[in-house]
Formats: sequence, C-alpha cells, structure tokens
Amino acid sequence: MEVKYRVSDIDSEGIVDAKMFREKLLSKPSNGSAGRTGTWRLYKPVISYDKCTKCGFCWLYCPDDVITWKPREYPVIDMEYCKGCGICADVCPVDAIEMVLEGE
Amino acid sequence: MRKVLIGNVAIAEAVKLARVEVISAYPITPQTIIVEKLAEMVDSGELNAKYIRVDSEHSALAAVYGASAGGSRVFTATSSHGLLYMYEMLWWIANSRLPVVMSVVTRSLGPPWNIHTDHQDALTIRDAGWIIGFAENVQEVFDMTLQAYKISEDKRVLLPSIIALDGFILSHTAEPLEIPSQSEVDGWLPPREPLPFVMKPGESFAVGNLGPDEVTMELRWYIWRAMERAKKIIEDVDKEYGELTGREYGGLTEKYRVDDADYIVLGMGSWSGDMKEAIDVLRDEGYKVGLLRIRYVRPFPMEDILKYCVPAKAVLVYDRAVSMGYGGILAGEASSILRGKTPLKSVVAGLGGVDMRSEEFVDSIKRFIEEYEMDKDVEWLNTYWLLKGGGEG
Repeated sequence: MEVKYRVSDIDSEGIVDAKMFREKLLSKPSNGSAGRTGTWRLYKPVISYDKCTKCGFCWLYCPDDVITWKPREYPVIDMEYCKGCGICADVCPVDAIEMVLEGE
Repeated sequence: MRKVLIGNVAIAEAVKLARVEVISAYPITPQTIIVEKLAEMVDSGELNAKYIRVDSEHSALAAVYGASAGGSRVFTATSSHGLLYMYEMLWWIANSRLPVVMSVVTRSLGPPWNIHTDHQDALTIRDAGWIIGFAENVQEVFDMTLQAYKISEDKRVLLPSIIALDGFILSHTAEPLEIPSQSEVDGWLPPREPLPFVMKPGESFAVGNLGPDEVTMELRWYIWRAMERAKKIIEDVDKEYGELTGREYGGLTEKYRVDDADYIVLGMGSWSGDMKEAIDVLRDEGYKVGLLRIRYVRPFPMEDILKYCVPAKAVLVYDRAVSMGYGGILAGEASSILRGKTPLKSVVAGLGGVDMRSEEFVDSIKRFIEEYEMDKDVEWLNTYWLLKGGGEG
C-alpha cells in the first residue's frame, strides 16, 4: 500500500489557510464590531437636560463608550449601541437620567 | 560536540540552540531541572532570553501565550498535574495557532502520589490541537525539541508542539549526546517569522472575538487541515535534519524490522528500546516480529499503521496509559484505523512507572503469537493488564 496525503498541494493551500484563519480569528476594534448592541436594550436612558449639570459622570462611567461629552457641554447617548445597563442613571449625581421601558 | 547529558539538560541545550526568546515555567518533578538549567543559562548570559517567573502552570502557559502572540520564540515545560492545570490554556494556544513549544516529562497522575512515568498525562491533551511527539532516548528528545520549532513555525502548520519524554527514565538518565554547533542550527532554523500574527503596542486588535458560530467551526477546520499537512512537514523536517546531523528517524513512526514481519508490535516512548531488544531475541528464535514505534501521536500516523499492520497476521499494542471503561489509548487509536482488518491485542502495562524488562516483552509477545497460532479467529476483546505480582496477560 502506498502512503498518500489527502492534501495534495500543501504549500499553496497552507498559505491560503493561514490568510483565511487570520481574517476570521483577528478583529479590529471599531464602532459596533459586536453588532448593533442597542437591540439588546430593555430600558433606555433618557436625559433631562433641564436637570443635567454637564458634570460628565455618565460619560466617565459608561462601560461601552457610547456617551459623547466635552467639558461645559451636554452629554449625548448613541442609542444604536447603548445596551441600557443603567449605570449612567445610577451614577448621575442629580438624578437627571431616567430608565424608561422600551416601547412605552 | 559530544557530551554525556541527562534528558532534562539536553532539552535546555536544544532550547538554547533554538535561540528561544521567552521562557516561563513553574517547577514540578521530574521536569524541574529543564527550567533550572535554562534559568542558569539566562542568568549567566549564555542565553539571551526573558525568563518570566509565575505562580502556577496555568500562568506559565498564559505568559508564553502572550509572548508568542507578541512574536517571540517561546518555551515552557511541565509534567503530570502541572499539565492538567494548564489544560485551559492549551486550547487557547492551539486555537490561536501560536507555535509554542513545550516539553512534557511524562509522569503518573495521583492519587496515589507517584512521580514515575506513564503516558496518561500527555495523552489527556490528545484532542487539543497540539502536535504531540514521544521520544525514545535522550538524543531523540534533543533532536525532536529542535525540530519542533521548525515544524510548528512552518507557515503551512502554525500549531503548537509538545515533545513528551519519560520521567526519570529519560529526564534523569545520562546518555551520550551529539550536539550540533550554533552555526549549524542557525543555518537550518531561521528566526521566527511574524506568523500567524504579531501583537505590537499601538496596533490594537482582538484574538478570537465573539463571532458567528460558523466561524468557530471554520477555524477548527483550518486546524484540522494544518494537522493533516503537518504529517508531510514532520517527514520533511526529519529528512533535512538527517542531512544536517546524520540522524533520521522515519517521520511519524520508526520502522524496526517490520518489512517481512508477520506480527507487529506498537508502542512509544523509552520502553521501545526494551521492545527492540525483545524483537532481536525473538527474531533469533525464528519469530517474524517487528516494532512500529509511534513517534507522533498527533498527527496520528494512520497511513503507516495501515501500511504495516494490514498485511500482518496480528498486532500487539503496549499502552502506558488507559482510557477507563474503554481500553489502552494507543490500542484504541490503532484499532479504529484498522477497523477489524487485522486482529489486535491491547496490553496495558507500566502504569505509575512499573518497570517492564526486555525479557517480559519477550514472554508477552511469545504468548500473543501462541494465542494467535492456536486460534486464528481469536478476538482479543478484553484489554489485558500486566500487573506485577499477579494479573492478566
């Protein structure tokens, strides 16, 4: 019986495989690299801008980096990716953020 | 250069010649001397490598994982319970396709507490995606360790390697060793290429982020293909190393007096030497028997097993490891390839370092041949245990 290898052209296949698995295995950080995480949300944060003091706590604590804020400006939440965890509402020192059930 | 060295120090010499850049390890008998020797080499400046001290084997493998992802050539070593403690990280490394090389000095698993050799520890990681080689003697341990870098780093393979050697029998026994010069090794083993990827400060990317289920399965398929390709690469590296040093072993298996053999013995590790002595004795007595020594358990030498075992009358497999409720591990692997084409007898022996002398191989091989000659339709459905002080055989 002759010894046979099931992969005939191993040089070129190996190099193609290496390129393919690298593309699948590695990922660059970018907006929404894990998909539209806003769809995971049950409660959405709603900011009362009349109460907000522009302190930036919500921006600082947001674990998903979906709040944009600059000193002396109001924060803005990107609802495409906000998962509705409620941390911003919890840390807001003036209770300016309310968690509202989606669809209401 | 010719020296008399124990297996553990021979490995340290091979790691030095491979110009390994990062070493991390946690001591465990009988492996400890490898990493002690390497620590001395790093301390004296003989080896220009970073030595990372850690709190456990899990951390040791995690440290070399990171260093390998950073592009370094890395090494670690362990035994027995230390290997089991690494188990999770083994999968991270293989599934990330990093060419890590590790020595496993095989040792029984407790309880009872036992520091002597069997193959149970190394065979627990069969399915993790590592290339797994078993050496027969100190020279082969040295040669396989150097070759492991060339095989693992080959861009058609990119899988980690384990070289297993029997605790104490090889790790602590001094044997004459031929060591190639640094320039010979440098000419044959170039520095590691930045493959499969290199993480650098300032360049952010994630390895193995959450993704679609189909991606997981596709990545496993690439590993499968790489393992298949590795068979040929292992043979090629064995041949080119043979041209460099005069030592060629036969690729995935060593064929010892098998060409005209009616009966094939399968085994691996240090006791293969005793099996060869037994086969010489039996050949002198007229028995046509040969040894197919398994050098690599993964990728498994299916083609060689078919080539040499199918034309034989019967096959005898000695296992130093057992799958409880199933049988000898090597026997199970071989019989799944043979699929009943040749009768196969599975013998478990030498667990926990129980010694098997060449005369004991002579006796048990003779008994196997007699059983077959008496009843050619024999089915050895049981796994036979060679217990010292009375047992089945």
